Amino acid sequence: MIGQSKKMGWGFTAPALLWTLAFFVAPFIVMGAMSFAILEGRNLIWGFHLDNYIELATRPYLWRAVIASIEITLTVTLISVVLAYPLAATIAFRVPRHLQRLVLLLAILPFWTSYVVRSYAWLLVLAREGVLNQTLINLGLIAEPITLANTRFATVTGFVHFFVMLLTLTIYANLIQLSPNYRRAAMDLGANAFQTFRHVILPLTLPGIVTGAFLTFVLCIGDYVTPHVLGGNNELTMPQVIMVQLGRRADFPLASALAIVMMGMVTLAYLAAARWLRLDRV
Amino acid sequence: MTKFRYVLLGVAAMQLAANPAISKELNALVWCDHSDDSLIKPFEEKYDVKVNLREYEGTGAALALLEQSRPGDWDVLVIDGIDVFRAVDNGILAPMPKDQLPIDDMFPEIVMAENNSKDGVWYAVTEKFGYNTISYNSAKVDVADMQNLSTVWSDKYKGRISIYDYYLPVMGLAAIAEDVNTADMDAASLDTIGPVLDQMRSSAASVAGVVAAQTALATGEVDIVVGGGEWLTAVLAEEQPEMTWTIPDQGAVRWTQSIGILADSEQKDLSLEFVKYITSPEGQARLATSACFWGMPANAKAGDVMTDNQRAVLRWDEQGDFLQKTQLYPAPDTDLDNAMQDLWLDKLSQ
Repeated sequence: MIGQSKKMGWGFTAPALLWTLAFFVAPFIVMGAMSFAILEGRNLIWGFHLDNYIELATRPYLWRAVIASIEITLTVTLISVVLAYPLAATIAFRVPRHLQRLVLLLAILPFWTSYVVRSYAWLLVLAREGVLNQTLINLGLIAEPITLANTRFATVTGFVHFFVMLLTLTIYANLIQLSPNYRRAAMDLGANAFQTFRHVILPLTLPGIVTGAFLTFVLCIGDYVTPHVLGGNNELTMPQVIMVQLGRRADFPLASALAIVMMGMVTLAYLAAARWLRLDRV
Repeated sequence: MTKFRYVLLGVAAMQLAANPAISKELNALVWCDHSDDSLIKPFEEKYDVKVNLREYEGTGAALALLEQSRPGDWDVLVIDGIDVFRAVDNGILAPMPKDQLPIDDMFPEIVMAENNSKDGVWYAVTEKFGYNTISYNSAKVDVADMQNLSTVWSDKYKGRISIYDYYLPVMGLAAIAEDVNTADMDAASLDTIGPVLDQMRSSAASVAGVVAAQTALATGEVDIVVGGGEWLTAVLAEEQPEMTWTIPDQGAVRWTQSIGILADSEQKDLSLEFVKYITSPEGQARLATSACFWGMPANAKAGDVMTDNQRAVLRWDEQGDFLQKTQLYPAPDTDLDNAMQDLWLDKLSQ
């Protein structure tokens, strides 16, 4: 009986395992091996060469891309959490239960449009003659248009617009599972609203926050479109540098080394968040 | 015969009925200007063939894609004119019969035998060309300033320029501004070009691809695009005639694209017919005014089948002067290419 159920277990999990082996583990091994190869002319030389990693450490534009990617990703993650939490809490605690689905639907409406189109739309909003500058001028807050597009501010804005929605969903999923009795018990014991939030609600919703933050980190650090369109290429991030290596030079070894470093950063983020990470809450 | 076999036979019969004439297919690896029904449909109808197009950006990406494909997967390749030698050296292009190509009808400067042929054998033929020069909003800048490259990226226009995001033409323009011929560029000339790139970079609001540069110009985010040209402003010209371009007094950079047949193609005759169609006056006129981007047709006879307005937007009558004043953009070997790309990325990330 046990043997049969074991076989059934393998039978059910085999497709997923094979899928993971074929489309994640195998490509990852190839990419790892490729990162130690070198390109001589158009010839790929396999072996254990550290050239690509040495180049990464010694070429200023490469490590500047690493730093820019980390700074942008951390900024976006932090701002998105700060904005998403109150939104999720308002939906979970203030909006009547029967309207919550509708409000969530409205909150994720931006997901329905193309990511690229949304980025270009933001470019039109932030342009010197765009909606935002014209509004500020009409309100008398500024005399001349200010440069908003093609800056890190624009990149972060585009990212935050997208990721606030994602984080709202993960945090909401966490908040909605909390029994109201926790709040009532805290209040009964004399805690004020802030203390209830600080010592009860926040610790209990940390898994939702961390899960959303981790997903934000992963998606943001690997994104090519937003820094390219909204940042105006004024600072390079790692995905952009990887694309440049592939486009004309077809330097797959260096691109692979950069991708491995990027995966290393995601792994570090995972380790930092692992204690609270609950991907089943997504 | 079992019921199952009857079912199989029935399904096969239905398939045949649904596709009474299974067309041939031609697979072409192209630039986005070929993905235009008005260009491809006439050929498909004439030869009863389905042309499958796959767009790519960057010769490296195309070569990698070909390496990963099975022999015979691809029939036709559109490639940057300066990179034909890379494809020939890799043995991926098939020889083409010169006498069946409209080489005598082409603008002489665009034939580029040194690029498209090797040891007298033709492997590709130029199909389109244009300029990486200065595009601008004539209502916002002093038009006379646009004739001098160093004024274009001077502090006078600080924050009002965008740089086209492709290092070869932009570095070619920087070289021309410093009186270095693009054909003479070497590692030493990068020292000369570096400070020019610094100046460009400090004046630029953005470094943009085609769509972003067009958007920036059209929305007033910038007034000048360094590295732009007819391919950038032609699609804006109808609604915003103030968007135009010029070749500065020092000159500018010329781009070309070539088309060839892949050595592993199993349909070389049909592929040759496709190349002949694309380089015919009719095909050339359609390619020149493709929805993705406009550019000059390599075949001068295309002018006869283009409208006056189309020729005006492309500055047809000024081509003689433009061809004299422009240089092919740099065609570096691998080492110089890597050094140029590193310098470009270094300046870009500052």
